[in-house]
Amino acid sequence: MTRMNYGSAIRAGFVHLLDHHPEVFVLGQGLWAKWYVGNSMTDLDKIYGTERIMDSPVSELACTGAAVGASLCGYRPVMVHPRLDFMLYCLDAIVNQAAKWSHMVGGQAHPAVTIRGIINRGGEQGAQHSQALHAWFAHIPGLRVVMPATVADARDLLIASVLCDDPVIYIDDRWLYEQEADLPPVSFCPLELEGPKILRTGKDVTLVGAGFSTLLCQRAATALEARGIDAEVIDLRIINPLDASLVIQSVARSGRLCVVDGGWRNCGLAGEVIARVAEAGTTWRAAPVRLTLPDAPAPSSGALERVYYTPESAIIAAVERMFSKS
Amino acid sequence: MNPAERATDLGDLTDPGKFTAPLAIGGASPALLLEQLRMMLRIRRVEEKIGDMVSAGKIACPCHLGIGQEAIAVGVSENLRATDRVFGGHRSHAHFLALGGEVYPLLAEILGRQDGCSHGMGGSMHLYDAAHGFAGSVPIVAGTVPLAAGAALAAKKDGKGGVAVAYFGDGAAEEGGVHEAMNLAAVWKLPLLFVCENNLFASHLHISLRQPSDSIGRYAEAHRIPVEVVDGNDVVAVAEATRKQVENMRLGGGPAFLEAVTYRWRGHVGPREDNDVGVNRGGDLVLWKGRDPVRRLVDALMAAALLDDAAYLRMVDAERLAVESAWARAEAAPFPPATALLDRVYAEGCRP
Repeated sequence: MTRMNYGSAIRAGFVHLLDHHPEVFVLGQGLWAKWYVGNSMTDLDKIYGTERIMDSPVSELACTGAAVGASLCGYRPVMVHPRLDFMLYCLDAIVNQAAKWSHMVGGQAHPAVTIRGIINRGGEQGAQHSQALHAWFAHIPGLRVVMPATVADARDLLIASVLCDDPVIYIDDRWLYEQEADLPPVSFCPLELEGPKILRTGKDVTLVGAGFSTLLCQRAATALEARGIDAEVIDLRIINPLDASLVIQSVARSGRLCVVDGGWRNCGLAGEVIARVAEAGTTWRAAPVRLTLPDAPAPSSGALERVYYTPESAIIAAVERMFSKS
Repeated sequence: MNPAERATDLGDLTDPGKFTAPLAIGGASPALLLEQLRMMLRIRRVEEKIGDMVSAGKIACPCHLGIGQEAIAVGVSENLRATDRVFGGHRSHAHFLALGGEVYPLLAEILGRQDGCSHGMGGSMHLYDAAHGFAGSVPIVAGTVPLAAGAALAAKKDGKGGVAVAYFGDGAAEEGGVHEAMNLAAVWKLPLLFVCENNLFASHLHISLRQPSDSIGRYAEAHRIPVEVVDGNDVVAVAEATRKQVENMRLGGGPAFLEAVTYRWRGHVGPREDNDVGVNRGGDLVLWKGRDPVRRLVDALMAAALLDDAAYLRMVDAERLAVESAWARAEAAPFPPATALLDRVYAEGCRP
């Protein structure tokens, strides 16, 4: 077992990939800087050389497109976007090209590219430095969208993403970087066999999250236990393709569902999860609840940020309301 | 607009009244010249057939024909290896065929059949033929140019002298991705050949209504990429310019840019000739047909006694028969199974 935090676990994933897979290289802005991507890539350029760890021009589209192109030629590139917001410049490479390539060419070629986008919000960074756009990408057939919430997943899902033959959007969240855990050595599990996990069992209510919102659910579950409510926590981990069966089974037992999402409400991930459960013919003990961002851009002012982002107290309050109504 | 009134940095190359004489074939190998002719005839016959079948209602898929532009793909492709990676756009039938792609899988693809080069999943705008180095074409303008930069990066990492080719048009030069890719290729010294088929039109709109100059190579100069500008209707000139550029790229010389000035005889999409605006295309088109890349090579070969009428007609007929046969076979080919719809969204597995 090795003690790591989430950021260093991502780095450990890169080390594993670069050590064992010569076809892996990494491309993106800030990879040679000390501060762009937290501690998640520290000194990789010095260990593996600047030909495998390529800091790049300020060209999200060409660089991401190049990563897609190289992935069609036997390489497994990882394209790093230090902020999701800037990734919008390369939507053609992701949505039109990578996501559809296999389908368009009849399954004869697969872009084995991983695109890492970092959610980096709070700290009064404002509307264009704070976005969590995972639901957008999860809407696109052909992309796999991975959101590690735990230290182990930060490492292991990165490895599974890069070794997957499909284009993968791997989204990590700077609010998780200080989480710590003891990790065993890497043991590979193919990405297509990975799916949601129950992080905590409970019988009274099902809490569902992805990425940072999973951590909020875990914290809320601990607080709810003290109030006599036994919450189950499910971490979605992979939101495209989305396997909702674990959530459906959990809600069949609990009859109560609260989905927490760091994205917006309209056409979002939380609504999708609730719809899947509803379609399964679940018998509700309380109306399902989703806690999302309000449908507004992220504010800059700290006072507004405190209103904007969902705190764990909001989850606790929402769950308690479910019980007061039933 | 009268051609003479147009501002031009390309000069006579855009004047359809010029460059109408038989090609200067100089010391080129007769066998190679005849092969170039055969390939241009094949491409033209395939595209004429496609146009006819669109008109007849037998093809539903949007088809962008490059009749009149055949010399560029043929001249470029003869300098490439099957292990090079070539990317195209919406008008890429010629790029596919000139590399050695067969007529039958192209026509089957356009008809949405399982035997198509993309197994019936792509149609005219999504061609693929890895065996001959055709890495793929897409209709998003400039969409494959960054991908070609990535293929060039892969070739550079492979270290075996491979190159990548990005075909695009003058309209694509108005997309930012082309400029980003040029910058990337220049700063990383990628073995990437940018081939701009400047046919003076983006969809319906003439270049004079879209850009302050008709030169696309000027952008490459700004990125310090060496540029060759050629008459795109001269297969010998295209082949010779490309040969030098590709040889240099294989030796690590970094990217190169070929601007081949040409003209498409048909409209942006479909078989009609008359759906463009911005110039009096009708008059220009008549003139440009006098600059026919096929006719000029035939005239040169005949003047040099390398070809006579009978041999030429035999070539034309052989290609016509081959295309008819491929078409009949394609029409009878099966469609993809319904399972293809979902089975091809993701690859099967992940690697341990």
